[in-house]
Amino acid sequence: MIVSAPVPDTNHRPAQRLFTVLRMLWADKFAFCAALFLLVIFACALLGPAALSEAASQVNLRGRNAPPFSLENGWQFLLGGDALGRPLLARIIVAAQNTIMVAAGAVACSMVIGTTLGLIAGYAGRRVGQVIMRLADIIMSFPSLLLAVIVLYILAPSVGNLIIVLAITRIPIYLRTTRAEVLEIRERMFVQAARVMGASTPRIVFRHILPVIVPTLMTIATLDFAFVMLAESSLSFLGIGIQPPEITWGLMVSQGRSYLTTAWWLAFWPGLAIILTTLSLNLLSNWLRTALDPVQRWRLELGGKKT
Amino acid sequence: MTDHLLEVQDLSVQFHSAAGTVNAVNGVSWHLDRGETLAILGESGSGKSVSASAIMNLIDTPPGEITQGRILFEGRDLLTASAEERREINGCRIAMIFQDPLSHFNPVYTVGWQIMETLTAHGRPKEEARSRALELLHRVGIPEPKAAMDRYPHQFSGGQRQRLMIAMALGLQPDILIADEPTTALDVTVQAEVLALLEELQQQTGMGLLLITHNLGVVAETADRVVVMEGGRIVERGTAREVYHNPRHPYTCKLIAAAPGKGEMRDSALSGEPLLRLEKVSKSYGTFTALKGASFDLRAGETLAIVGESGSGKSTLAKTLLRLEEPSGGRALWEGEDLFAKTPRQMARVRRQLQMVFQDPTQSLNPRMSVFDLISEAWVIHSEILPRAQWRDRVLQLLSQVGLQPEHAARYPHQFSGGQRQRIAIARALALEPKLIVCDEAVSALDVSIQAQVMDLLAKLREELGIAFIFIAHDLPVVRDFADHVIVMKNGKIVEQGTVRVIFDNPREPYTQRLLAAGLDPDPDVQAARREAREALERRAPMQEPA
Amino acid sequence: MKRMIGQRAAASFLALLGLVVLVFFLSRLTGDPAALYLPIDASQEMLENFREIHGLNDPLLVQFGNYVTDLLRLDFGESIRKARPAIDVVLEAFVWTLQLALITMALVTVTAVVLGSLAAFRVGGLFDRLTSLISLVGASAPDFWIAIVAIVLFSVQLGWLPTSGTGSVWHWVLPVAVLFVRPFGLILQVVRGSMISALTSAYVKTARAKGVRNRPIIFVHTLRNAMLPVITVIGDQAAAMLNGAVIVETIFGFPGVGKLMIDSILQRDFNVILASIVVTALAIFIMNLLIDMAYAVLDPRIRY
Repeated sequence: MIVSAPVPDTNHRPAQRLFTVLRMLWADKFAFCAALFLLVIFACALLGPAALSEAASQVNLRGRNAPPFSLENGWQFLLGGDALGRPLLARIIVAAQNTIMVAAGAVACSMVIGTTLGLIAGYAGRRVGQVIMRLADIIMSFPSLLLAVIVLYILAPSVGNLIIVLAITRIPIYLRTTRAEVLEIRERMFVQAARVMGASTPRIVFRHILPVIVPTLMTIATLDFAFVMLAESSLSFLGIGIQPPEITWGLMVSQGRSYLTTAWWLAFWPGLAIILTTLSLNLLSNWLRTALDPVQRWRLELGGKKT
Repeated sequence: MTDHLLEVQDLSVQFHSAAGTVNAVNGVSWHLDRGETLAILGESGSGKSVSASAIMNLIDTPPGEITQGRILFEGRDLLTASAEERREINGCRIAMIFQDPLSHFNPVYTVGWQIMETLTAHGRPKEEARSRALELLHRVGIPEPKAAMDRYPHQFSGGQRQRLMIAMALGLQPDILIADEPTTALDVTVQAEVLALLEELQQQTGMGLLLITHNLGVVAETADRVVVMEGGRIVERGTAREVYHNPRHPYTCKLIAAAPGKGEMRDSALSGEPLLRLEKVSKSYGTFTALKGASFDLRAGETLAIVGESGSGKSTLAKTLLRLEEPSGGRALWEGEDLFAKTPRQMARVRRQLQMVFQDPTQSLNPRMSVFDLISEAWVIHSEILPRAQWRDRVLQLLSQVGLQPEHAARYPHQFSGGQRQRIAIARALALEPKLIVCDEAVSALDVSIQAQVMDLLAKLREELGIAFIFIAHDLPVVRDFADHVIVMKNGKIVEQGTVRVIFDNPREPYTQRLLAAGLDPDPDVQAARREAREALERRAPMQEPA
Repeated sequence: MKRMIGQRAAASFLALLGLVVLVFFLSRLTGDPAALYLPIDASQEMLENFREIHGLNDPLLVQFGNYVTDLLRLDFGESIRKARPAIDVVLEAFVWTLQLALITMALVTVTAVVLGSLAAFRVGGLFDRLTSLISLVGASAPDFWIAIVAIVLFSVQLGWLPTSGTGSVWHWVLPVAVLFVRPFGLILQVVRGSMISALTSAYVKTARAKGVRNRPIIFVHTLRNAMLPVITVIGDQAAAMLNGAVIVETIFGFPGVGKLMIDSILQRDFNVILASIVVTALAIFIMNLLIDMAYAVLDPRIRY
């Protein structure tokens, strides 16, 4: 239950808030570019397959291993063509969907499950907490790639299964962070104050503790998004992730590997897409860490005013 | 001109920050001679520590900038000296000790090593440094100096750490010792000992002592001369006596008037059934017993103060009473019903009658909630108190009751000063219309002048609303002005209880007597008399250093 | 101290047990090795015979019981693929991985700590901004892509380094370099952040007031305090590497334990999978103990 202030406040109306966020983003030029780039990638992931999936799977013998930076075969061949003459740029745009979907799905699942378990482990009794932590230990001590390989070997390597596998391996990150934070925050004065007022456990957990943890979790999730993307790419690269004819960036790098000496661009461009996306996520995560920290935030608020 | 040992002339320091440029000190001048003690008195934000930082070359540039002035040490301007020259003066000719010695010691090195470093950093051989460190440990009264050399800062008590810090500063027999709030975090009895040690060492070595403090009592106890600072400027200067008895600047007058402990003591004659009765309440953590069989009665509208030094169990008592900690034994009868026997659900219902105001309002207010949300949360939890339609009016009413403005409702805690935050916390407690408010060191984090205002507010609310208070404090003068009854605690036990007049005028227990004697009076004359009394007491029964 | 080791050992043993159970049953789900190792036209009799030899005909629970009993005698069983004791196969590969991890982490630690400390000393300076950018890019780069680009550049185009395999010192350069990138980026960021906060701490002020010179302030007073969070990250990264650098080992044809694990799964060589899990878990346990000891050495407030 959230009580919002009925008293108007210039700083906290939605439109104003968005403006403040944008201004703070503008204050950090790197983060601004990163956000812009991610926006483009997300747009590709959302709209790309609908618009370009046909072009991306069209075999075109004239465009076989076509070199990049030539508009001879149309803009889709700007980055060259692959071994079957399919346009690389179009394929990268289409592949964005699977890549982003797997990463976003895995991050969302692991964050929700991990945070819930972490809240329970932190606020419930000691025994429940211990059981949950031991489970996390087992997952942590499992080489995550190995777990993924085994599970994907048993189940079909579909997008859904890939999400499940990657989510399981990332749950301990959120679980441990949440639990550690809960253990610290539950001793803070304002939580004690809420208890003195007679607040119920759900109220304390969701109204007082969770909002304090959310910024940390968001920062981790952004970083983790990059990590999961890399993990998915690694799996696809090893041939145990997404299977053709579906495509992801990692798979494209893997397919381009055989043509390294003759057509470097096959593996280079999708790899660059991965690195730019993860780099953007890292930059954005750094910005988030500052923006969500009430003590640090002024750096951005001020920087925005100056420019 | 330059016959003073140290002279600060027309010093101005600015700090450039996001919020703009702040003039931390503005045209400040003072001087210090051999063998004398100068106190710089001021509240937080007055810039009292800045000139000391400038002397020690501790101001980071940027964001700091020394815009004008000179600092003459034996006639030489430190501000034009090279970094290497200043390093050679630091620790060797001018030394400094800080508030909060725990964080000012490097946690990962032994205290012996850190004391020796004062000497080795200035090129003294290791052997000499070792024997000197041992000698100093002995001198400042650390038991078993040899063993202490190899121990780490966290293994000492707060008072011992400040002694170690003094030993570290005195390694090379400096001409000047700067002490920045050296006793602020310490218990009164320990504070008295540390100040006595400083004075003794000063008499032996003839060094000049610069004492930076917010505490009028410390000034009265130690200072020959005092400068009073406000907002980066010196507003008053003179001998400690002159300034106390004939303050000329309004700020000094206000500061002196705000010092607690001078008002009339209350004589209450309350009778009838107790609102709260504690019977043999105890609390242990594992094998450690923090609270041993505490019993007392509290009547409606009465103010009960609990005093004692850190570790005496006074906060544990409050937390156990409110079931923030589960009790290990005993009963707490609230209007005849045992609070300790209640289920969590029953307890939640009765909680609205017992509220608490915490020491640090910065931490007790959820930083992500607006003032409106903070206060109205009371009615979200206890919806029977007030229908939603009236929340807004009631919040505004409560704000004005605690001396805040209606427009403050939409703001967030970080936008307020410490005193204002404590007012918000009080308004939040009042929202539940409690019969009892427990104040756990509720004013000890505040500046004296702010503290006086908040105490006035509490007194006003007590008159208007007839609320009972349990007032936990280590600051005896505040208690003297506010309480009806006083409980003195030591090592988890109640050692003495009685009316405020009995406790302050005729304490029976030696512990209470010591506690009262160790308190510092802002009047230098009163303090001198009190010191005589304390020394007499010491001679009769020497105090042992708490482990 | 002994108690701490005991508790850790107990907890790790529990986790390892859970892991062995999980992997034992999961791996059996991947399929029947007989189908993989015998020709397609193998007779029913041959299949039966194969299963009998490798104990695959018993009920699953009996198989598990046998496995655990053998394990308690430190018998990890035979590798189906190599027809040798599984533990020998694993240890052989693990030595390669261990060397790779040690060399890489040593290089990472030294460079990241030195560069991070220097960057922290002048926050916002050119050097600081440069190292921040490098570390960020390093932490973001996918290792398989770096490996491919490095091969194209240094092996194919320039012909300086061998593309894959083992044999000479030169064979180590690319795998180490590729493995180096991510941990370096991550650890450099942590060192920098940790040093910045340590340099603003109160004890640094005390040291300056004592007249201590700048260099001992950075390298004696601050660094030791700042190393505590750094060591945690170093431990995490080293643990990940001990689990096998699958990608790098695959691309560079490096016979380490990561490649062995993946191959064994694909080849349904169950005993090798389990043995490699036990070996790496043990190695990680020992390494975590070393990390904890390093903690206690660095910070006297930590006592077990």
